[in-house]
Amino acid sequence: MIGVGKVKQYSNVLDKPLSKGKQEVSLSAFAFLFSELVQYNQTQVDNIAELERRLEDAGYSVGARVLELLCHRDKGNRRETRLLGILSFVHSTVWKVLFGKVADSLEKGTEHEDEYMISEKELLVNRFISIPKDMGTFNCGAFVAGIVRGVLDSAGFPAVVTAHFVPIEGQQRPRTTILIKFAEEVLKREARLG
Amino acid sequence: MAPAGPRSGDAIFASAERVNAELFTLTYGAIVRQLLTDLEEVEEVNKQLDQMGYNIGIRLVDEFLAKSNVSRCIDFKETAEVIAKVGFKMFLGVTASVTNWDADGTCCSIVLEDNPLVDFVELPDTCQGLYYCNVLSGVIRGALEMVSMKTEVTWARDMLRGDDAFELQVKLLKQVPEEYPYKDDE
Repeated sequence: MIGVGKVKQYSNVLDKPLSKGKQEVSLSAFAFLFSELVQYNQTQVDNIAELERRLEDAGYSVGARVLELLCHRDKGNRRETRLLGILSFVHSTVWKVLFGKVADSLEKGTEHEDEYMISEKELLVNRFISIPKDMGTFNCGAFVAGIVRGVLDSAGFPAVVTAHFVPIEGQQRPRTTILIKFAEEVLKREARLG
Repeated sequence: MAPAGPRSGDAIFASAERVNAELFTLTYGAIVRQLLTDLEEVEEVNKQLDQMGYNIGIRLVDEFLAKSNVSRCIDFKETAEVIAKVGFKMFLGVTASVTNWDADGTCCSIVLEDNPLVDFVELPDTCQGLYYCNVLSGVIRGALEMVSMKTEVTWARDMLRGDDAFELQVKLLKQVPEEYPYKDDE
């Protein structure tokens, strides 16, 4: 038989060599799958907040694994321990691996010391999504917010992360901003480290 | 005679927009975990995954036909080849092979050489009855149903269950003749 024997079997998933992460699937395959994730979760909730929370939870579990994977593969089993370090890790490394590009921008909130924003003109998961009028401010970016929270939380930077549409002037489609609000202890620790 | 369509999805995959397979793999993992938490019974999860695949399949076939430029398949044998060589490549970037034909050409196996769904995956003892990749069988069933073929798709071998390959058995149940959605006199 053709093909059989090419795939090596491992008794334990940890024995398997870690892939270099260069493999790709078509964007459509991902979009179809993501759409099913959203549709399924819609059947499990009564309101938008609940739906966003469930998408965020799904994303969280992805984020936690991405952190582990990337720290092991790209950073020689080290991870960032400082606030700006971990933010730029999310904005550059994580984004590049997951979405094929560095995020459009990373900014510090102007009103609050503990807020940071990662913005993306056209977030991958929102590419083929249009929000029905009756769903108000719902943003599928909640999934990505969950990924970010998963990475940050697992790295020891607990935060509340939310996704928002922000209209851009002269453009039909709004951009998505991922708002990160760090827990108090993170900022205290950061201040102590100087 | 119409020119034969492509017999490999390489070119289509190369020109398509693509995403990192790890994002795909981990997202799928998140879905399976969510289903396991929500539905509790492994059997129910298998069903739901198949249903999700079916939903994808009935939509995916449109994109497949629009982009692949394949001509009408003359028989089920050709259909299976096209799924394995063009379909899998076009969407998942992997190739599969068709084998184990039965005598009357209505049942065959599609063997996956590589499966991006299962990277990093190991089934715990509590999930031994899980067909982790059941979404794939649903996709094939859904897509074929849209082109008038009722099929039954089951897993014959699953590496997560200790087999040496991923093998889907595709059985053609019946070919539904195309019907016009309207009557002539209306």
